[in-house]
Amino acid sequence: MTEFLSLADAVRQNLKPGDAVAFEGFTHLIPHAAAHEAIRQGISDLTLIRMTPDIIYDQMIGMGLAKKVVFSYAGNPGVGLLRRMRDAIENQYPRAIETVEHSHSAMAQAYEAGASGLPLAVFRGYLGADLKKVNPDIKSVTCPFTGEELAAIPAHRPDVSFIHAQKASEKGDVLIEGIIGVQKEAALAAKRVVVTVEEVVPDFEGLHPNLCILPHWTIDAIAVVPGGAHPSYTHGYYARDNAAYLDWDKISADRELFASWMKDNVLNTGPEIFATRVEGLR
Amino acid sequence: MSGFTPNEMMTIAAARALSNDDVCFVGIGAPSAACNVARLTHAPDITLIYESGTIGTRPNVLPLSIGDGELCETAVSTVSVPEMFRYWLMGGRISIGFLGAAQLDRFGNINTTVIGDYANPKVRLPGGGGAPEIASSCGEVFITLKQAKRSMVEKIDFFTSFGHGEGGDHRQRLGITTKGPTLLITDLAIWRPDPETKEFTVRSLHPGVTRDMVQETCGWTIRFADSLEETPAPTELELTTLRDLQARTKAAHEGTGS
Repeated sequence: MTEFLSLADAVRQNLKPGDAVAFEGFTHLIPHAAAHEAIRQGISDLTLIRMTPDIIYDQMIGMGLAKKVVFSYAGNPGVGLLRRMRDAIENQYPRAIETVEHSHSAMAQAYEAGASGLPLAVFRGYLGADLKKVNPDIKSVTCPFTGEELAAIPAHRPDVSFIHAQKASEKGDVLIEGIIGVQKEAALAAKRVVVTVEEVVPDFEGLHPNLCILPHWTIDAIAVVPGGAHPSYTHGYYARDNAAYLDWDKISADRELFASWMKDNVLNTGPEIFATRVEGLR
Repeated sequence: MSGFTPNEMMTIAAARALSNDDVCFVGIGAPSAACNVARLTHAPDITLIYESGTIGTRPNVLPLSIGDGELCETAVSTVSVPEMFRYWLMGGRISIGFLGAAQLDRFGNINTTVIGDYANPKVRLPGGGGAPEIASSCGEVFITLKQAKRSMVEKIDFFTSFGHGEGGDHRQRLGITTKGPTLLITDLAIWRPDPETKEFTVRSLHPGVTRDMVQETCGWTIRFADSLEETPAPTELELTTLRDLQARTKAAHEGTGS
């Protein structure tokens, strides 16, 4: 059953050192404010699960909080490479990380299998692909009906999933609109679920009957953080800060510059700053 | 038509390969530009799908990422990512997958994962994203990239996305039923696989390009078709459409900083 908490309390009560955690959001609705709170609290030895590690995990990896990353596309979308993640993989800086690499199709279906309570995802994939050789989690099963050999991977079952959404009702139901990505599956696959939202409204009466809604009893904590997805975006509220993604390429290229940026923009701030960051993007 | 750059020729030649009836899974970068030029010129009803779940999208500017908001706002429908990969891609509803590449070999195998050894890479590239299954589940695959010896190589370091493997019937031997790479468009030429060996063969040189220029920027010894054609130069409409699209895109992406 959900409760409304401050972001600091929501993170403290639900994310523990050593947890497997997914901060999901497919380009849209990436829960940056929640990740920054985890960084401020210094919660470490995490297994980070996410289709596209993106800036959000580049920051957590660069701050040394990750021991393992499970992913399918380690790029800065539309810009290039993730330089802090590369530094960890290529030079073990600031620490070595273990990587478990999949395709997007595999990751999406592993969340779906987790949400379904299944131990594995089965799909037609990885045909001729070398990832099969370097990721021991990629196995195969034979269809008992047709004899077709299919790819099999373990379901994702994060200890915690964090997502950002447009609205919560006063009761704690959560509405997600636009590019919905894998957030519903990531939430339902996890043992605990924390949601940051732009705003709370009295109820969802009179809306379209097929909207993507997570009922309040599937969520552990909700924190209201306007702008909480920045520099990602929230459909209907503010646009993606593409310039910030371009800037990140420079900031992340240099260890010292990265450290001072994180100090100024994450460690010495709080969640309230996100509202000011999206003012020019509304 | 007077001046145009090799990159413009590449994008426009790629756009021409797409038709109104195609359902196209669009990679970001050069494929995205080509697909939208096709939509804005000769193929207004082409269905463009991005892996963020947007089906039938019609963006006014090119997205910086595959999940930009405009892709959703202009789409016929936006579905979840698991649905995208299961019902639409694996379900066999997509006719063309359009991919870029960091490293490519003569059989259309693509590497976007690592340069060097996987465990101790010289360069860690972003990885496959949706490409491994796009390469095997779409009806056929188009590839576009700018020619360079370091990207068109004799042997790729990692098979991110399987093309024709070692050539011949290698796809069928792995149980893959789709056609795989059927077209390669570079900044210098148009290539198609040999019907038997599946090795990419140069069929058409872009205007002003010589055989030597194509060979000098490619890491394997190239096969040229017996009767080489010349790619028609971009028309006024094609070039204006591409340049306007890129100007709108530049203005939009630079204008969002806070």
